[in-house]
Amino acid sequence: MRSLAAIAILVVAVAALPLFVSSGVTLGFVTMVLYATLLGQAWNILGGFGGQFSFGHAVFFGTGAYAMAVLQMRFGFNAWLALPCAMALGAVAGTLLGALSFRYGLRGSYFALVTLAFAEVFRILANTFDFTGAGVGLQLPLQEGAGAMQFAGETGYLYLALALATISLLFAWWLKHSRYGAWLAAVRDNEDSAAALGVNAFRVKLAAITVSGALMAAGGAFYVQKFHYIDPHLAYGAAISVEALLSAIIGGMGTIFGPLLGAVVLHGLGELTRNSLSSAPGASLIIYGALLVLIIMFMPRGIAGLFEGKR
Amino acid sequence: MIFWIKATKKLNPPANLFMLDPAIIFASVLNGLTTGAVYALIALGLTLIYGVLHIINFAHGAALMMALYGVYFLHEKLGLDPYVSLPIMVPAMFAAGYLLYRGVIGRASHGKDENILLITLGLSIILENAALYFFKSDTLSIDTPYTLSTVNIFGAMIAVPKVVAFFGALATTVVLLLVIGKTSLGRAIRACAKERQGARLVGIDVDHVFAMSFGIGLACLGAAACFLLPAYYVNPQVGNGFVLIAFTIVVLGGMGSFVGALIGGFLIGVVESLGGLVLGESLGQIGIFVIFIVVLLFRPQGLFGARA
Repeated sequence: MRSLAAIAILVVAVAALPLFVSSGVTLGFVTMVLYATLLGQAWNILGGFGGQFSFGHAVFFGTGAYAMAVLQMRFGFNAWLALPCAMALGAVAGTLLGALSFRYGLRGSYFALVTLAFAEVFRILANTFDFTGAGVGLQLPLQEGAGAMQFAGETGYLYLALALATISLLFAWWLKHSRYGAWLAAVRDNEDSAAALGVNAFRVKLAAITVSGALMAAGGAFYVQKFHYIDPHLAYGAAISVEALLSAIIGGMGTIFGPLLGAVVLHGLGELTRNSLSSAPGASLIIYGALLVLIIMFMPRGIAGLFEGKR
Repeated sequence: MIFWIKATKKLNPPANLFMLDPAIIFASVLNGLTTGAVYALIALGLTLIYGVLHIINFAHGAALMMALYGVYFLHEKLGLDPYVSLPIMVPAMFAAGYLLYRGVIGRASHGKDENILLITLGLSIILENAALYFFKSDTLSIDTPYTLSTVNIFGAMIAVPKVVAFFGALATTVVLLLVIGKTSLGRAIRACAKERQGARLVGIDVDHVFAMSFGIGLACLGAAACFLLPAYYVNPQVGNGFVLIAFTIVVLGGMGSFVGALIGGFLIGVVESLGGLVLGESLGQIGIFVIFIVVLLFRPQGLFGARA
């Protein structure tokens, strides 16, 4: 219940933020933190709660982003209708990828590799066909207005990101407190014992990757609406997969607020390095990579592990 | 050669393999074999590390990129020919690998394989962006007297550096097989690969052997970089293209199998070459990943591996 109250406080605090802060920079920062929370939580549901490390979560992100852009541009969908469709397609992509890899018992490094390869295949496909704009990418036509999910200021995007991030946080809370979440944890900790106790490991993992795919796709859809542009490298490149897993691992795998903490730290650091290192390319990512290594070396349970005491 | 910048170019018109002139197919296969030899060399390092440490080294591509920069700067600053750089690059990469394992990877693992996976991912992020930070994203290549010369092999014109790379990669593989098969270090490595507890019980310093294996794995990259650069280029992202190919080869050949890596390397080189010819440069890359996914799904132990 305490976590649920914390989520409620977070929602109220962020929702009230535009009343007190009018700086577009601050609101934009909070928006990006919430967006990164969404991506991190999507990874966390499969990687943290489920123990299946994906190195290619971009495959869902890109699917959501391209679905969002293509449905609006080629099929005339309204953005608010395209968003649930994009999430559904992300879920389908998750189910298919999960069905293939879990059916054949891929675990650990093998699973990480196969997700990476799928993201790469999708990147090449998106890069090849005109349907997805090939290498040029897709530019979402400017159509300002809440009805088209293209907001004039930062506030609209802030609320959109808040809504999506809250859904992901609530799902993580449910995982901590539900029977299904216990199954998932059991499969993560010891799949064979879980199966011996009657847990259908395949279906449990499949459900996790489906939800994870839908949430990651929502992140991709949000990206398209915010930046009005998507190309194969942005959608299916390694950078987005890394971003998703970084915030989850740095914040704390398998915790409700880990991705949020990780997102705050990463974006906070990103802002700091942008200001101090005069935006030299690569500088912030060097620090992210170093942070990843240090966290795993010294705090394998992430920042959230500090608050939870000994397990 | 596969690389994402190339993919933004316009596509070649697709062609039917059977309509092509046999001479073109022959040249394409030869080209694929020479490329495949270098792929095999990169994959050998990866498969050695996997076979012994049971970890997948995600930093392999980044390490190759660093080695390529090493060769590049030895040529630009000291005027050393890439092939002359071999005796410098191989020990240097070995030392880098040994120290990296001793200093970071071995310590950070806490005995869990997943952690090593993430540590090597973190290392690759650090290396790649450090290169971006210090060397900028420019694509660099070197000019040697033999860069543009070709030899005629049964009517097919093959670039000289590629032919050298082919034989160099084969020679390196033979040396590696001899080290693993005939030396006492090799015996210790094989012992640790099979049964690390047992190896420790008979007095083998397992951590030292692990670090040596990691070092040898990276030393292969030092050699690969020397053979690669005369006909290739370097930029901070160059490793990405190779790393998935190397994974494919390792999975195809069976994780930990040297012969598998060698045959897998040639196979992938030829598939890539023919795929590019038939499907065009952009779509041609897909053949490799399709092989990768299919093998991972249906035969994760690989063509020559004993078990998953």
